[in-house]
Amino acid sequence: MDPECARLLPALCAVLADPRQPVADDTCLEKLLDWFKAVTDAGSSLLLLQENPCLVELLFHVRKPQDLSSRILSFALRLAGTFAAQEDCFQYLQGDPSLFVASAAGQLLVHILDLAMRGPAEGRGPAEGRGRLQARDWPACARRIVCHLEDCLCSEAAPRVTQALHVLTTAFGHCHGLWTQGLWVQLSPLVARLLEKDPVPAPHALVELLLSVARSSVLSSDPGLWETVAQTLSHLSPMQAGPLAAGILKLQDCPQALRIQAFGVLLRPLACVLEAAAQAPGTPGLLEGAAGDQMAVDTLPPSKSVCVGLLCSTLAHLELLQPLPQRPSPWPQAPLLAAAVTILRFCNGSAAPSSELGGHLCAMLVGCVRVQRAALDFLGVLSQGLGPRELVTQVFAVLLEYLVSPDSSPTVLKKAFQATLRWLLGSAVPPSCCDLEPHAQLVLRELLAVLQKRLCSPCWEVRDSGLEFLTQMTRHWGGQATFRQALLASEVPKLASQLLQDPESYVRASAVAAAGQLSSRGLHAAPSSPEHPAGPQKTPLEELLLVLTTDSEGFPRRAAMRVFTEWLRDGHVAVAEDRERFVARVLQAASGDLDWEVRVQGLELALVFLQQLLGACGPGAAPPCALAQALRALCRVQLFEFAFRSLFDCDRPVAQKSCDLLLFLRAKAAPSGSPQEAGESPDVAPVEAALRRWRAGEQGQPLGELAPEAILAVLRSLDLEALRDTLAESSDHVERSPQSLLQDMLATVGVLGDNEADCY
Amino acid sequence: MKLYCLSGHPTLPCNVLKFKSTTIMLDCGLDMTSTLNFLPLPLVQSPRLSSLPGWSLKDGNAFLDKELKECSGHVFVDSVPEFCLPETELIDLSTVDVILISNYHCMMALPYITEHTGFTGTVYATEPTVQIGRLLMEELVNFIERVPKAQSASLWKNKDIQRLLPSPLKDAVEVSTWRRCYTMQEVNSALSKIQLVGYSQKIELFGAVQVTPLSSGYALGSSNWIIQSHYEKVSYVSGSSLLTTHPQPMDQASLKNSDVLILTGLTQIPTANPDGMVGEFCSNLALTVRNGGNVLVPCYPSGVIYDLLECLYQYIDSAGLSSIPFYFISPVANSSLEFSQIFAEWLCHNKQTKVYLPEPPFPHAELIQTNKLKHYPSIHGDFSNDFRQPCVVFTGHPSLRFGDVVHFMELWGKSSLNTVIFTEPDFSYLEALAPYQPLAMKCIYCPIDTRLNFIQVSKLLKEVQPLHVVCPEQYTQPPPAQSHRMDLMVDCQPPAMSYRRAEVLALPFKRRYEKIEIMPELADSLVPMEIKPGISLATVSAVLHTKDNKHVLQPPPRPAQPTGGKKRKRASDDIPDCKVLKPLLSGSIPVDQFVQTLEKHGFSDIKVEDTAKGHIVLLQEAETLIQIEEDSTHIICDDDEVLRVRLRDLVLKFLQKF
Repeated sequence: MDPECARLLPALCAVLADPRQPVADDTCLEKLLDWFKAVTDAGSSLLLLQENPCLVELLFHVRKPQDLSSRILSFALRLAGTFAAQEDCFQYLQGDPSLFVASAAGQLLVHILDLAMRGPAEGRGPAEGRGRLQARDWPACARRIVCHLEDCLCSEAAPRVTQALHVLTTAFGHCHGLWTQGLWVQLSPLVARLLEKDPVPAPHALVELLLSVARSSVLSSDPGLWETVAQTLSHLSPMQAGPLAAGILKLQDCPQALRIQAFGVLLRPLACVLEAAAQAPGTPGLLEGAAGDQMAVDTLPPSKSVCVGLLCSTLAHLELLQPLPQRPSPWPQAPLLAAAVTILRFCNGSAAPSSELGGHLCAMLVGCVRVQRAALDFLGVLSQGLGPRELVTQVFAVLLEYLVSPDSSPTVLKKAFQATLRWLLGSAVPPSCCDLEPHAQLVLRELLAVLQKRLCSPCWEVRDSGLEFLTQMTRHWGGQATFRQALLASEVPKLASQLLQDPESYVRASAVAAAGQLSSRGLHAAPSSPEHPAGPQKTPLEELLLVLTTDSEGFPRRAAMRVFTEWLRDGHVAVAEDRERFVARVLQAASGDLDWEVRVQGLELALVFLQQLLGACGPGAAPPCALAQALRALCRVQLFEFAFRSLFDCDRPVAQKSCDLLLFLRAKAAPSGSPQEAGESPDVAPVEAALRRWRAGEQGQPLGELAPEAILAVLRSLDLEALRDTLAESSDHVERSPQSLLQDMLATVGVLGDNEADCY
Repeated sequence: MKLYCLSGHPTLPCNVLKFKSTTIMLDCGLDMTSTLNFLPLPLVQSPRLSSLPGWSLKDGNAFLDKELKECSGHVFVDSVPEFCLPETELIDLSTVDVILISNYHCMMALPYITEHTGFTGTVYATEPTVQIGRLLMEELVNFIERVPKAQSASLWKNKDIQRLLPSPLKDAVEVSTWRRCYTMQEVNSALSKIQLVGYSQKIELFGAVQVTPLSSGYALGSSNWIIQSHYEKVSYVSGSSLLTTHPQPMDQASLKNSDVLILTGLTQIPTANPDGMVGEFCSNLALTVRNGGNVLVPCYPSGVIYDLLECLYQYIDSAGLSSIPFYFISPVANSSLEFSQIFAEWLCHNKQTKVYLPEPPFPHAELIQTNKLKHYPSIHGDFSNDFRQPCVVFTGHPSLRFGDVVHFMELWGKSSLNTVIFTEPDFSYLEALAPYQPLAMKCIYCPIDTRLNFIQVSKLLKEVQPLHVVCPEQYTQPPPAQSHRMDLMVDCQPPAMSYRRAEVLALPFKRRYEKIEIMPELADSLVPMEIKPGISLATVSAVLHTKDNKHVLQPPPRPAQPTGGKKRKRASDDIPDCKVLKPLLSGSIPVDQFVQTLEKHGFSDIKVEDTAKGHIVLLQEAETLIQIEEDSTHIICDDDEVLRVRLRDLVLKFLQKF
């Protein structure tokens, strides 16, 4: 702790201990705690307490019955916990019944338990084993805490059970000492007994606890644990058991039988959906043999909101599980696909179930946007795996239904576009991926017809997601003949280009991205609209430059810069014609932009240009002739004026980017062409004068013509490393210092006092 | 209480409610789907339509070839189009006291009822309903009268002949009730019988019931109706909407506590969400126009068109369509656009406030000002000079059988660049298009029906909790094409009673109370006696006077002086005012206490027997029996009047008299 803070601390502790001096807000206390944590992490907390007796006084003071506000009490408890976690100098705190007053007590309790148990357990040699660690050997304070937890677990009051479960969850989650085994052995029968109650109290907390125990390396070897988990899975309702099942399946190591059971729990709602949609009973479903009407009725809740919640959470769990290496194997890809498709059909009313349950499900799900979104996300994830041909056909069919339907909400439509793209990517013919599968080619034509309509939607979100979809499709298949033919035969390129004039800036930004991508692939449309059928035709480059220089919103201008950078990187035809002129025009526009992201993008483009000029000769310095040529080119496009100005940009990212750019250049130039070798020193005075003025905030002054030698000299004279380090510090690093926090808190207390006096 | 169902069309209802002594007709909708069986009436001579071959039977018999023509593979009636009227035989319509109109779409049969059935009553409707209803009728009459048709076919309607015809003519129902359109004179006469009402206004009908219109949120001036007496309440819900469009929002609260709720006029397209359809409409319109095609929107001259124009107003600039002309062609286009702006008090709150800005409530005023929207009474005249393509045309009639739309179908049908967009849900678009096939132009079906859907109905019923719901049979089962969609039906407890055309329903509740007033002087003379805390009784002798369905208790007339010749029956008759008054008794007799009292008064040897209805107290010594039941007490003794009176008095001690 620095001396200035140590000097302020006693006054602050006095304020905190004084109930008449209220502390303005909780965030101060939180920040203070964070700081103490940082301090104790860095050094010994015993030392800290010895050096700052005011802290000990504060903690002693809190123990006395008085009118301390709960926030101070909670703060003191957590502070004590912070210290106790590291040192054994706070044993006097144990067993105090008043410790349960605040929510922080649970955590403190765990710390104390850990502290108390660790001693005796670790004192024993390994030969004595864990079997010896009986409850009677525990320290008195630990026995007392455990006794309290036992009482809570047996209580009829759900909040007490919840509290105990929370404490245990924290304990098993954070402490991995051998003693936790003993604690679990002692308490697990009580936890198991919770399952005998109907309904099971605090199911969420129970699930959390079991997962925390199962994740603990010390405890997961206990066979009793898996038995309890299995029982819990079968006792809880599908909605409550879902998170437990998902948690189990994410474990690296657990009994195979339990994994099968857990997967069964997760699959059951989907199995019911399949069962409900089946035209004839006995259709093979997700759960062989287990399917049946009774199960369906039990699993799917009759209430709409609960049923929707169950399906959404099930789909979300499975979605997270799918990409994991430890996901269940074999993964029932085909039935899951069928289930996702069926759910989507229930949601849009196109399913025609014959069973009563199916009718009921249909009535609950039809038009339900939440389930639609969840199912589309899930369907998208399933594109990672293969599926039987007829199912894939169904997937595309249902996705098209959603894309075509006027009833699809904008968010659903966006998800449908995303899922469609994933499926199209998945169905590309491996491994060369140069062409779409014949089936996908059929879909493509319909997709473009839909896209055409969606790009004319009155809802801007729809136009926006349509454009994003178009950009992605073009990115992936722009070089592919079938796609090119279909796209050029449609109105899509024309519509996309018209959307550059959309009233909504997000749509314009997406239209810019689409135009960039289409143009890269030579698929852009000649812009014309019913308004100006015979107007002068602009090239895509001119169009986007117009956006960059005239659009009133930042998003389209940023998008234009991204497109330009990509064009430069990929050697777009329009750029290749006259690369230098292109860079000069773009930099001129970007350097004067009010949006800092546009300026950063400008510097990014400059960096690409620089790399193209110098980077070809590999890492290290560039050959002198190449360097000289490059420097002249850079001067012609006025890159240096932009870069030097940006060093003093009021937006830090711009300055950082510029710093990186100049550092790169200096590295390339460093060993060669030093002024000593040249024998004469260039005149750097005007440059340095300009830099000084810019640093002082006078931005108006232009740099004028620059000689490459002068630039190199300036580059060497600038302490770019120091500047980079300064910029790396966050802009509020002064305000966030602990000293400033302590001063602020003391100052606020003073002000509060004054106000009080005024009131009287 | 009875309900006579004269129309089978759920959104064009016509029901008659008999309630107390009144006969109330609820709406008189006109089913115009019958016109789909007729050939279109072209405004401009159409070589195609005028040279159609006559239809002949399979055996070559061509006796119907004047009446029936083959067109596009279908058979159509070549005649003045006819409409299917509500039932006129189920109930004598001259006995109808009043007609309540819910909205301008549900009054199109009014002239048939008021002018041809002997109807002498009053029609109640709001002002916008009448004004816009008049426009709809005027347009209809104009459309049909300006293309005079020489013949009126009737031969084919003969039942024996109809059987031989191809579908759909063979299956057309109620053809005998089909009538040609009314005249403007009949319209004017019918409308003159309408009395204007405002929302929440209470209208007394003969003192028997009170009717009140409530805002239904569906169209300008559209109403639901409350029909109530002092103790009964019937709600009539017809064409309501909970969406925020231009009209005032629906008043739901006033529908609470109904004994019966009659539910009609739900959305005809329950699976189509109006917002999605408007989006679809705009997208397709833009797509067509951008490709240089024209868009035809067959529509009514009022209603959804206001909302469509408002959407387009916001959309055309963003879609780059501001130079595309929009044409609205209808004999009443001008009046419709102007009327909509003046009914401020009937508009939704948002639009009402604009009036004070001052700004026209609907943005179509601005479209007209900036020449983006132009309106014409017909394609003849100015329109032909201004006409510029590509364009968007709004015109009627949505059936595609008459009106300017026929001309545009003939004109634009051959090009695949053009699009016809159906937004009105009243007609099957495929049937409407049948006489124009084969058609190259694109057809888009985006029906916009803002009326309640089944989810909204279910919420509404939960909210207002009627004891009974009555609705057309179509609402009590899923649509035939989607039999699994159990969500597409009215779901309530007890299940809704359903009706169909020409059915008479006895509504499932009995009237139990009637309100009677007491004249002040009579009330003054009453002496109430409290028999339980909070409940007092008094005997009343009065004359019940009933007039105009109001009941009044008046003091009885003083008896006439006894004439000499009349014999007196009893001495007590001397006191004239209370001559017939015997005290009324109330209370119950506690058997144990009664037995104790008997013993106190010297009776002994008392036995009590319990019976099914009460007790029998047996005085064995006196050979007397006292039978005590809930509502009577009998003393049976052997001709011992003194004993009987003594016992009677003991019994009376336990009862209250008044």
